[in-house]
Amino acid sequence: MSLPTRKFDAVVVGAGGAGMRAALQLSEAGLKVAVLSKVFPTRSHTVAAQGGIGASLGNMGEDNWLWHMYDTIKGSDYLGDQDAIEFLCRMAPQAVYDLEHYGMPFDRNENGTVYQRPFGGHSSNFGERPVQRSVCAADRTGHAMLHTLYQRNVRANTVFFVEWMALDLIRDASGQVLGVTAMEMETGETWIFQARATLFATGGAGRIYAASTNAFINTGDGLGMAARAGIPLEDMEFWQFHPTGVAGAGVLITEGVRGEGGYLLNKDGERFMERYAPNMKDLASRDVVARAMATEIKEGRGCGKDADYILLKLDHIGVDKIEKKLPGIREIAKKFANVDPVKDPIPVVPTCHYQMGGIPTNYHGEVVVPGNGKDNNVVPGFYAAGEVACASVHGANRLGTNSLTDLLVFGKASGDSVIRYLKENPGHKDLPADAADYTMARLSRLDSQAGGESVFEVGAAMRRTMQAHCGVFRFPDLLTDGVKKIREIADRAARTEIKDKSKTFNTARIEALELDNLIEVARSTMVCADARQESRGAHDRADYPKRDDVTWLKHTLWYKDNDRLEYKAVNLKPLTAESFEPKVRSY
Amino acid sequence: MSDFDRVRWHCRRGLLELDIILTRFLESGYPRLSEAQRTVFSGLLEYADNDLWDFVSGRKSSADAAEEEVLDLLRET
Ligand SMILES: Cc1cc2nc3c(=O)[nH]c(=O)nc-3n(C[C@H](O)[C@H](O)[C@H](O)COP(=O)(O)OP(=O)(O)OC[C@H]3O[C@@H](n4cnc5c(N)ncnc54)[C@H](O)[C@@H]3O)c2cc1C
Repeated sequence: MSLPTRKFDAVVVGAGGAGMRAALQLSEAGLKVAVLSKVFPTRSHTVAAQGGIGASLGNMGEDNWLWHMYDTIKGSDYLGDQDAIEFLCRMAPQAVYDLEHYGMPFDRNENGTVYQRPFGGHSSNFGERPVQRSVCAADRTGHAMLHTLYQRNVRANTVFFVEWMALDLIRDASGQVLGVTAMEMETGETWIFQARATLFATGGAGRIYAASTNAFINTGDGLGMAARAGIPLEDMEFWQFHPTGVAGAGVLITEGVRGEGGYLLNKDGERFMERYAPNMKDLASRDVVARAMATEIKEGRGCGKDADYILLKLDHIGVDKIEKKLPGIREIAKKFANVDPVKDPIPVVPTCHYQMGGIPTNYHGEVVVPGNGKDNNVVPGFYAAGEVACASVHGANRLGTNSLTDLLVFGKASGDSVIRYLKENPGHKDLPADAADYTMARLSRLDSQAGGESVFEVGAAMRRTMQAHCGVFRFPDLLTDGVKKIREIADRAARTEIKDKSKTFNTARIEALELDNLIEVARSTMVCADARQESRGAHDRADYPKRDDVTWLKHTLWYKDNDRLEYKAVNLKPLTAESFEPKVRSY
Repeated sequence: MSDFDRVRWHCRRGLLELDIILTRFLESGYPRLSEAQRTVFSGLLEYADNDLWDFVSGRKSSADAAEEEVLDLLRET
């Protein structure tokens, strides 16, 4: 079946930080670029980022990219690829200067240089002492970044398709990527976007968990589309949990609360972090605190009638200081936890925050897959950047502020790769006759399904199962059982039914299509987590409490087809620096 | 129906805080709004996420009385 078609040099799916940075590179090179987004670009999830962008500018004291590289590798628990990490850290300062040049309103020092704030995990001289490395624009870094990049793209004539949802990747028989199918929400019509290069920047998929800090839009569409097109997903077992999301809502309570003296209590009123991290206590690193909280809950010392949350106490800080140093916290606690934190503690739980895995790429942003006896073969015409991609710079655990850096550095790098590729490969290749058949079959299945499953109920079952079986702490019996359950839920997701078949802004249809993507992410996460028999970074197994570099210093690759797993080597060879050998990770 | 669906999609935001409040409001408050108030509500959805959150959380108020009226309902949500 043929569909109306639009042709571009490049199609970028996603208008968050990564997508807009890539698009800008392409448009400024004079290419004809389309950017598709489910929501208005500046409403992308990047807007939520407050902490800042990590870059070793050295404006607050001595710093350099090699120290940043060390912190990132150590943070990754040695699963990060050291060539990509060197690239990230070396390019980070220039990425910040570029953004400054585009008009980003960074906070400044009195001498006019860009101000940098401290952030956990960043150090000078290979872990010796904390360093101030994070550049920011007040508490609106992500917001400012999106606005700056959007303005610049408009000037460069990037063509935005707002409220368009990409549905599937188009590949020909040779595997080359030739664009995407996409639905315009306003009309419900499906189009082909034919492109000489296709770049995914669709962000994360944190909505697979019941407790998530991610906005509803983070449904892992890029991952679903890639998996359905036969591309493997890398390291999907690694999800970062933020220790303090509001119980039941997920909304993030900043680390700043503990920085200002707030602390965590179990049901006995005990300040339990003193037991787990006698020195750092409540200020220990994210994974340490999250694990301690999960242990308390698991061992029956959680609070509330179901003993399923922890309390964050801050009333002792005092009203004035709370209002002044922690603006917005009171409103969040009142609205989402129904407590006023100047009087009562806030119920919190470890909450899914960031996906370290994704579509496998090299440090040029080219999508790479195994084949012909080699780990990394470039998929012609296909690129990915940002949270959807796995370069892999975050390995098993991401350092705070390194995601925004990732968006800028790999957004630009993938744009540059596309430019090179298009020079060498002029002209559009013909689309295969069946380019849209797969998408049309999915849509017609959904429209004609009778006696099917409710999207809401299947989604809720998925989120509950992920939370209960594949959370902060992972137990062998729960994982094995979880694999079985998530496969059953995936079968149900294949039979979803929508009652409303209208065309215009049919949110029921959109949510059903999003669930198709979420379920691939959930299944890959559960299967990969069940298979990895060690604890590394964010992947924490009760039955294998130690990191095992002999067997498991390798990346997981999951294929949708039969949940097949393959593994590939971690690149321990940086571009120019000396290799950082795996060491025990302690803070 | 289609108008409601459009509004519903525009309640999908980059900030989870807004996702939650706006979704709650669509169920509880929105059905009771007058036509004029619905137009104001749609207009509010055009604000950038951080600005809208400042309004909804009560950190800032709008200079427009009609907006304030609808914002007050959102603040109670
Ligand atoms: C509360 C919070 C605070 C954070 N703070 C920081 C911080 O301070 N520093 C830091 O480094 N990181 C931070 N992070 C992480 C960081 O914000 C994200 O990893 C990053 O913004 C992701 O950017 P992105 O460009 O990859 O995707 P996003 O910004 O999520 O954008 C995805 C884009 O893809 C589009 N899209 C998705 N699917 C489709 C589809 N099917 N069709 C069309 N378009 C589609 C969306 O519309 C959107 O435009 C934070 C995360 C959270 C949740």
